[in-house]
Amino acid sequence: MFLCPGALVFCKRGDILESKFIRKEKWIGLSFISPSLIGQFMFFFIPILITLYYSMIDNPMSKEFVGLDNYINIWNNSIFLRAMKNTFIFTGISVGLIMILSLGLAMLLNKPLYLRNIFRSCFMVPLIVPSASILMVWQVFFNFNGTLNNIITTLGFDPVDWMNSGYSRWIVIIFYIWKNIGYDMVLFLAALQNIPKEQYEAASIDGASNIQKFRHITFINILPTFFFVFIISITNSFKIFREVYLLGGQYPYEDLYMLQHYINNLFNVLDYQMLSVSAIYMATFIFIVVLFWKKVENKLDI
Amino acid sequence: MKKKILLSILVGVIAFLFIIPLILTITNSFMEPSQVQNQYENVFNSNNKEFSGLKFIPDWISLKQYYNVLILKTNFLKMFWNSVFMVVPIILGQVIVSSFAAYAFAKLKFTCRDNLFYTYILLMLMPFQVTVVPNYLIANFLGILNSFLSIIFPGIFSVFGVFLLRQFIKKLPDGYIEAAKIDGANHVQIFLKIILPLSKNYIASLCVLLMIDYWNMVQQPLIFLKDVSMHPLSLYLAQVNKDEISIAFAAATIYMIPVLLIYLYAENYFVEGIKNSGLKG
Repeated sequence: MFLCPGALVFCKRGDILESKFIRKEKWIGLSFISPSLIGQFMFFFIPILITLYYSMIDNPMSKEFVGLDNYINIWNNSIFLRAMKNTFIFTGISVGLIMILSLGLAMLLNKPLYLRNIFRSCFMVPLIVPSASILMVWQVFFNFNGTLNNIITTLGFDPVDWMNSGYSRWIVIIFYIWKNIGYDMVLFLAALQNIPKEQYEAASIDGASNIQKFRHITFINILPTFFFVFIISITNSFKIFREVYLLGGQYPYEDLYMLQHYINNLFNVLDYQMLSVSAIYMATFIFIVVLFWKKVENKLDI
Repeated sequence: MKKKILLSILVGVIAFLFIIPLILTITNSFMEPSQVQNQYENVFNSNNKEFSGLKFIPDWISLKQYYNVLILKTNFLKMFWNSVFMVVPIILGQVIVSSFAAYAFAKLKFTCRDNLFYTYILLMLMPFQVTVVPNYLIANFLGILNSFLSIIFPGIFSVFGVFLLRQFIKKLPDGYIEAAKIDGANHVQIFLKIILPLSKNYIASLCVLLMIDYWNMVQQPLIFLKDVSMHPLSLYLAQVNKDEISIAFAAATIYMIPVLLIYLYAENYFVEGIKNSGLKG
């Protein structure tokens, strides 16, 4: 803006434009993101600070600062512990399973098959169909008087109360995999299709076995996707509350009581301190996972 | 050749298992309401010791369930519109806000850009359980609890759209922008006249993903909307299954029709959207 008109004479037109643009770009860039940024500050960044504040006070009335007391006390709460335990068991099992299964499925679909595109679409259907709309089928199938017991009693076995026993956890895991496998599969499939065919051909000439090919070509090539799918599967696994809530309501069988149930019930009594503490614990967990992911990524240079 | 046939059959069987719940819901929606009642009443009656199976094909086809849902149950349509009034503003708002931001993150240089973007990614990966508490506090402060706004605002500013569109826009060649600069276009013109038209398909991908995600939301309305008459269809359906089993299947089918249509029409956009959510920035 302080350029004197005379300066124009001394440099090429392009240079002037370039430098003017770079200087202006700084402000233009900021103004382009400002609507989004203002929203972030308003609905996420600032409220997160308030959450942090709430997690360290006694109660919203007296507002006495208690430091980390709430963070320690929450571990004496048996309901929180159960919710935490269930969430972690569920996440651990289901993320492991879905990654193996979706990779396997992607590898199958990467082979020459008849009707391949139709099959691929079928695997993505659960992803788009709202859980609430197929709920009825699910309930009829697993209810005590339902289809599954109908089948096993005809076969001469005793009926099982699927949703109110240790099996319930596995039913929810199956639901999670059914619902989310399409997402992971699409990501893996895209990664598999990007692997240059020549690598496999070269390996075949060198006499590599299928297992060696998988380890040294397939796995190495899809590693970046593998980590991304890992993170996405973890965040998706926290969304399972939706299905558990639809199936079991506010107070499901104890194995199904997830962190989100706990948080919901805290909302009902408006316990801001405990809400804030559990949210921050969870955020810290995700943060650590992401840091770990970045570390591994840098180390492997992928 | 033989291997190809065998594999196709194997994958086909698994694929069929995946869509059974969908097929059953649709076929059962054409059942006479009284037949649904007889068929499935037992299942939810805990005193009963009889087992009943799922029926694939109704005894005779009837549209009575649809008639009951659409004409007799006025609150069904109300909840349908509740869903629409929450989802449409979120999609429109998020597309507008995030396309501007995505362009800046992808193609402009400004202070703290990369750090800011990492913060966005981190925020994107946070599960709902984490963001709901700050969102609730601010909604309470603004006095918009128990209104659609408390769900719409966090939806509009959700960072997913910024992330996805940035992935796409980054791939556009810089040459277009350079050429426009030489011709004397400013960044607003470049964005509106060049980037947006080139990003049409990407924006369609984002819309499809958002539609599918928000049409299915359960947690947000459960926490932010205490007034049951404002609930979206997802929560209503969970209730119908308990109270009025005779119309449950038709209600479920109508609920999934919008997303099914979008999927059939825009499957490629959907797949492209997912693929690009996984590319490294």
